[in-house]
Order: sequence, then structure tokens, then C-alpha cells
Amino acid sequence: MTEVLERLGHTVEFPLAQTCCGQMHYNTGYQKEAIPLVRRFVEMFADAEAVCVPSASCVAMMREHYELIAKNENDAALLASVQSLLPRIFEFSELLVNRLGVEDVGAAFPHTVTYHPSCHSLRMLHVGDGPLKLLRAVRGLTLVELPDREQCCGFGGTFSVKNADVSVAMLAEKDACVVATGAEVVTALDNSCLMQIYGGLHRSGSSVRTLHLAEILAANEGAR
Amino acid sequence: MSIRVGKTSAAADFPILAKTALGNDQLRRNVHHATDVIRNKRALRVDEMPDWQQLRDAASAIKAHTLRHLDHYLEEFERNCTGAGGMVHWARDADEANAIAISLVREYSGDEDHPEVIKVKTMTSDEIQLNPALEAAGITPIETDLADMIVQMGDDEPSHIVVPALHKNRFEVRDLFRKKMGLENLTEDPEALTAAARTYLRDRFLNVKIGLSGANFAVAESGAVCVVESEGNGRMCVTLPDVLITLIGIEKVIPRFADLEVFLQLLPRSATGERMNPYNSLWTGVAPGDGPRAFHVILIDNGRTKLLADEMERETLQCIRCGACLNACPVYRETGGHAYGSIYSGPIGAILSPQLQSLEHSRSLPYASSLCGACYEVCPVKINIPEILIHLRGRVVDEDQKTLGGRLSPESVAMYGAAAAFQSQTRYEAAQRLARTGQLLFKRGDELKHLPGMAGEWTRFRDLRAIPAKSFRDWWKARTKKEAAK
Repeated sequence: MTEVLERLGHTVEFPLAQTCCGQMHYNTGYQKEAIPLVRRFVEMFADAEAVCVPSASCVAMMREHYELIAKNENDAALLASVQSLLPRIFEFSELLVNRLGVEDVGAAFPHTVTYHPSCHSLRMLHVGDGPLKLLRAVRGLTLVELPDREQCCGFGGTFSVKNADVSVAMLAEKDACVVATGAEVVTALDNSCLMQIYGGLHRSGSSVRTLHLAEILAANEGAR
Repeated sequence: MSIRVGKTSAAADFPILAKTALGNDQLRRNVHHATDVIRNKRALRVDEMPDWQQLRDAASAIKAHTLRHLDHYLEEFERNCTGAGGMVHWARDADEANAIAISLVREYSGDEDHPEVIKVKTMTSDEIQLNPALEAAGITPIETDLADMIVQMGDDEPSHIVVPALHKNRFEVRDLFRKKMGLENLTEDPEALTAAARTYLRDRFLNVKIGLSGANFAVAESGAVCVVESEGNGRMCVTLPDVLITLIGIEKVIPRFADLEVFLQLLPRSATGERMNPYNSLWTGVAPGDGPRAFHVILIDNGRTKLLADEMERETLQCIRCGACLNACPVYRETGGHAYGSIYSGPIGAILSPQLQSLEHSRSLPYASSLCGACYEVCPVKINIPEILIHLRGRVVDEDQKTLGGRLSPESVAMYGAAAAFQSQTRYEAAQRLARTGQLLFKRGDELKHLPGMAGEWTRFRDLRAIPAKSFRDWWKARTKKEAAK
């Protein structure tokens, strides 16, 4: 992500004090434990021109829950900071396509790729076809459609271990669809879903690789 | 209070029931096939509606308004239903509702030793476990909805709120009918199966004197009650018997007759992918010489009023029981309905069952979701099910934290440990280093195998790439240092 943004002429900063957006705690029911993480995040990025997040589900956590958390805490100052920050938070593909108006980032990746629209990018962020536009502009890349692409991969955060049997049954369907495309690479906007998809593919001996969209957009394979 | 939701008090946790379901290939094929069919039909009938989103907004607004003034509309309904010749009874919980129903059946069946009642599909009846209560009182309930009949004959439990026998295919139904109806040569042809059911039921429709129904809507301004269905058995149940008893959960009331315009567009398209239900029965009190001569409504609370207090929980009561969330849910798709241990299954069941019972039972259900959001997307009354699931998880954790066992559970320890690490850069980076060293015990090549504790649930089925020797942070720090040196 850093490489792509710098290639496009932007300055990237990485505040080392940042940790976690609080999603894991919040979604598992440890909502009180998420509050200090929310405060930390909001303080950390208060002055940023744009915050670029390589995970749709983290952005969904911020957009869907940060205001609610501030309201439930009756903390007007936190609410104001959240409301000021939210419009400056972008998922990586959103930043490129919607904020910067870029579709061709100058990448070259001569491989067959299929795209899994992760649930939070699809149903909470509504990123639409932004990621597909970015992939179509990559030199040498052949994009193939994933069957039943809108079906969840079964990750679901702690769901993947609390309900491992069901999670893996869902994954089996997803991985079968991935393999059926004949693609060499499956990509998405969330490393968590990709970790799940990889886990199943690799266990079953498949050679399909999992790469985050940013890794493909940073690639410059065989372009010279 | 005896608040009851089906047989939840005796049900095992979701992960355990789900594991059994996942081992049943036939069941999974049936559920995959049935949900695929309904889902695709729904999509077809929703896509042709240019104002679908406005209809959802309208339905959500009507329901939210009604629930905020539920006392007002329930009393208005009672007044108007009574004025039209109906009788309204109020039941606080399952036992009260069952007792009222039993005493009504006794009153109208006179000196009959073994009275029978014909029933049209009512989930509320399953919720309060009316059938066992009737049977214990010597009354025979006869289910007339084809799927309910299959469930009743097979001594089974409903696995879907709209299609209760969704887990059975026609071969299984054929075998059941052969056994129970003594039809040795019955084929699995759907027409032959429905013909067998029709013959079996016809005599009961014509002779049983008491009908028992649920309701899809109760209209406050007129006291009218509405039942929609596909088979015509409902129409017969609410018109042929001398006496009709209708069970209505208190959230089913809507203010005006005109509101049906919104709901009767949303419900059939969401539930079965039909533009309109084949049978829409709507009646107001009693009419001399037409239909039942006595009409009783039992308004049932059974835990509902508790949900009214909290704005987010209240949203659950907007549900019109269309089942679209079940058909869209990737979890339900794998497990079917029985894994939820409740007659209310799928995403709506995962929030409804635990809330009605104040989290006393069904505590594993809020976790029976990957939070993918497909349920919210299809919900015709816009219940934000993922948000309510998260809210309920919070309540479960809060309660667990009050016990020593809960505080010391591996999950709790891990969550508090992570929370502490995430609150400081030093601790966070130390935790990263610790993980990188600790993983050496489990590292096989580039993969982590047989991780301990909860992570073992991951590696039991899935591989996991080892944490790389150099993290992004390390790379970033080295780069910053290099740039500073220039």
C-alpha cells in the first residue's frame, strides 16, 4: 500500500503508536474493552489529511460503530472527534478510486486473478466495482469472475474459532468456487478473509495464491 | 412467569447441534437446494420492484411507530375486535395462553371426550408449545399446513419459519406418508403427495368444529385479522369451523388497514418469491351466517414487552416472519434450522430466541453468525440483525464477567490480554515479538500447525502462515532510520 501511494506521489506516514481499531473486542461482545482502543485510534489520526486502511472490515467498524460508541459513552468530545475524522477515513480502494480518482496505478501482474468481495466491503462500505476497475487497469492481468462471489467465506472474526465447524463448511464452498475459476490468485480487500481462504486452500493442497489487492497493485512483474 | 420459546430450555449449544447437522449430507443437500430456490425466486421478484427500498423504509417506519405506541394500538384493536363480535383475551406468557386456548376448546366442545381442533400454520403456537399442552389436556391438534403436517406426523421440529419441513425432500415425505397413511404405492411425485395430503385432510376440514390459527397482521383501526398462505388450508380453517381461536403475538398489530398495502407487497416477495400470496384471508369479528359463529383472539406477550424498553432490542419486534434472512444466511445454509435449538432459527432466531427469554437460554445463538450482513440486506422491515447480534454478545459477556468461571475462560483471558496489549505501543510490539518467538514451537516450514487453545480450532481444519521474521513495523522503522541518516 505504501509503495502504491508513494508511486502516485503521496506522502505516507505510519504512526508507530497505532494498534487496533477495536473490532475484535467489539464484535465478540467485549465492548467496554473496545472503548479505549477507539479513543486511541481517534486521537492518533485526528490531524491526518486522509487515513488509508487496508482492511474493509476495520473501516466498517469505524463507520458503523464509532459514533454509536461515543454516544453510548455520553462523550460529546469523542463524538465530535469521531464525526470530524470519519469523512477522512478510506478503505484502500476507496481512497484510490473515489478520493484520488485513480484507476490505473501503473501496476503489471501477468496472472489470472479472481476477486472475492468481502462482506464488509460489499454490504457495509458498498465499495461497488472500484476494486474491479483497479484490477482491470493492471497490465497483463486476466480477471475471472468468482461464482457465488457474494457468499461469505466463513471467517467472521472469532466466529472462525468459536464455530469452527460451520466456518470451515462455509469456507469449503468458497474455496471450491475459487478453484473452479482456474485463477492463479484470489484477491480481496481484507487480509482476514484471505487468511481464511488461504487456510482452506493450502490445507487441501491447492496452489492458488492469496494476495491483498495492494500487493497486486504494487506489483511490477514482467513490465520492463 | 413461564416464558417459553419452543424447546430451547432443553437444547444443546449451537456449535454442538451444528456439528451434528454438518454430518448429515442429505440434510445439507436439502437445505442448500431449498434455500437456493427460494432465494433466487425472491431476487427475481424484488428486482422487478422499482420502489423496493422505499417500501422497506415505509414498513420499518410503520413498525417502529407502532411499537413505540404498542399499548395504544393493542387497546384500539381490542375495542374494535370486540365491537365486531370477537372476544379478546390477554396472555402474559406461554402457560396463560395455553390455558386460555384449552378452556375455550373445552367450553365449545361440550361433552366430547376427545375434542379435535384443526390448525393453520402458527409459529406462535410452536413458540408457546400449544400442541403438547392440548394433547396433555386430551385435545387432538391437527396441523393442516402441508409442511406442518409433515413435521407433526414425523414427530419432528420445524426447521424454518415459513417452510417448516424444508429439511425434508420429497422421497423422505413419501416414506413418511406411506407409513402414516398406509399408502404403500405412493410415489414421490409432488402432485401425488399433495393429493394424498388433501384426501387425508378433507374429512377433517369438513367435520372438526374448532379452528386454531395464527395471524400475520392485526389491524387496530378495524379489529380485522389477516392470514396469508399458499395452500388454501388456512382459508378453510378460518371459515369452515363453528369456532375460531386466533393466537396473535402482540407485535403483530398495525395501525391502519391501508398499512397492509405496504406489508402485502413486501411479505410474499420476501417469503416465497411470489408477487402475491395465493390466499389472503382477512376477517373482522363474526358475521351471522358467514364463517365461524364465535371468534376469539389470544394476544400473547411471552417476553415481548421486555424488548420494548431498549431501542435496539425493540427493532427485533418489527419482524413479519418472512424467513428471507434464513434463506440468505450462509450459516443457516450449512446447518439448517434444527441447529438453532429453537423453533425460531436463522439470523432472526439468533436474536429473537435469546431475547424473549432474557438470555436464560439460547446464549450461544448471538455467536451463530459471521456478521456477513446478508440478513440485514434482505430484511423487508430493515432489522439490523448484525448490530443486534453484537449488542447481545455484549450482554452475554457482561453476564459472564460476573462469574469467576466466565472471567477465567480462555476467551476472556485472551480478550483482556489483547486489550491491554493494544493500549500501549511498547506492549503491542512486545506482544508481536513474543508471538514471533512463541510460534517456533508450532512452526513446520512456513506454516503453523496444531496451535494450542482456541487457536487450535483454527489449525484443526486450516493452515496458517507463520508470522514473517520482519514485520511491517520493522521495515518501516529501518526505512525511517535510513532516511534520517541520508
